[in-house]
Amino acid sequence: MDIGYAIIAIGIIAVISGVILGFAAIRFKVKSDPIVEQIDAILPQTQCGQCGYPGCKPYANAIAGGDEINKCPPGGEAVIAKLADLMGVEATALEGEEKPKAVAFVHEAECIGCTKCIQACPVDAILGATRQMHTIIADECTGCELCVDPCPTDCIEMIPIAANTKTWQWQLNAIEVKNINPQVQGE
Amino acid sequence: MSDYLLLLIGTVLVNNFVLVKFLGLCPFMGVSSKISTAVGMSFATTFVLTLTAAVSYLVNQYVLQPLGIEYLRTLSFILVIAVVVQFTEMVVHKTSPTLYRLLGIFLPLITTNCAVLGLALLNVNERHNFVESLVYGFGAAVGFSLVLVLFSAMRERLAAADVPLPFRGAAIAMVTAGLMSLAFMGFTGLVNI
Repeated sequence: MDIGYAIIAIGIIAVISGVILGFAAIRFKVKSDPIVEQIDAILPQTQCGQCGYPGCKPYANAIAGGDEINKCPPGGEAVIAKLADLMGVEATALEGEEKPKAVAFVHEAECIGCTKCIQACPVDAILGATRQMHTIIADECTGCELCVDPCPTDCIEMIPIAANTKTWQWQLNAIEVKNINPQVQGE
Repeated sequence: MSDYLLLLIGTVLVNNFVLVKFLGLCPFMGVSSKISTAVGMSFATTFVLTLTAAVSYLVNQYVLQPLGIEYLRTLSFILVIAVVVQFTEMVVHKTSPTLYRLLGIFLPLITTNCAVLGLALLNVNERHNFVESLVYGFGAAVGFSLVLVLFSAMRERLAAADVPLPFRGAAIAMVTAGLMSLAFMGFTGLVNI
């Protein structure tokens, strides 16, 4: 009998919980645009602002609203191809040109410690303080070049990353792949 | 009134959930590497802990005890915690997208935070009444938040410090946590409970 009570009581608690959650799921349903999330997942999340929007999410919103898909230099051709696939539009050439991957480098002899580049950096890859020499954490730098312009002494240089076994990019499309029509081949 | 105040201060400082009772160590070590995430986690945990203290008290007092099925306490408390966390997530998602983006990934993590279940069970063991349960839950949450934010601030500094190679990473974090725990032991005797 005791076990019967236990089963009924826990069962009732479970049912009440289920009703509350079910009600909440309908009452507090959030209408989100799933396409924006998908676009945002494709974008490289450097938050560099080179597309003219203040970050990747706003640009994803803009693409969903019909903006061009070729405004993301850090993503390059790969991202454009994926976006074209997702949005069902033609892949177009990147606005501007695709540069080789580079990281910023501070020439410390010329750095005056003004912190302007630190404020510009979207990924907090610059270390330093007022009147202290600044330096760039190369692993964190996304190569967005936003720190180059604010520098009053032009001491920041973009240095291309040398190709080694870690940064090597296989160019799988270098040789064009042709699909041979099997019917034609058979004849 | 002063009883409640003593209970609150006692829970926050003297019997701190993390550093003295050693509950909720997983998020304490896990999400303390950045101060902004630590603050997010603190808010989410505060909300859930206080709400869980209230709901688990009601379940224990009006369902489990009258029917004499206290042996199902752990199971029903886990159920209640899961529901509270899920419900909180939905409400926050609807009402405040900004807060949701801050707390988003932390909310489901709280379900497995042992401080939450520990709080519900301790409330029963200490025979707290409803208001005492609430104050105890809130105090535990404030204590957790305080320690988490302090610890994450220290870890942010440690990240830039010149730590000897064998101590880098988790090792120095553990040492720091131990020293913090020692420091909090110093509050013993501040309030007699």
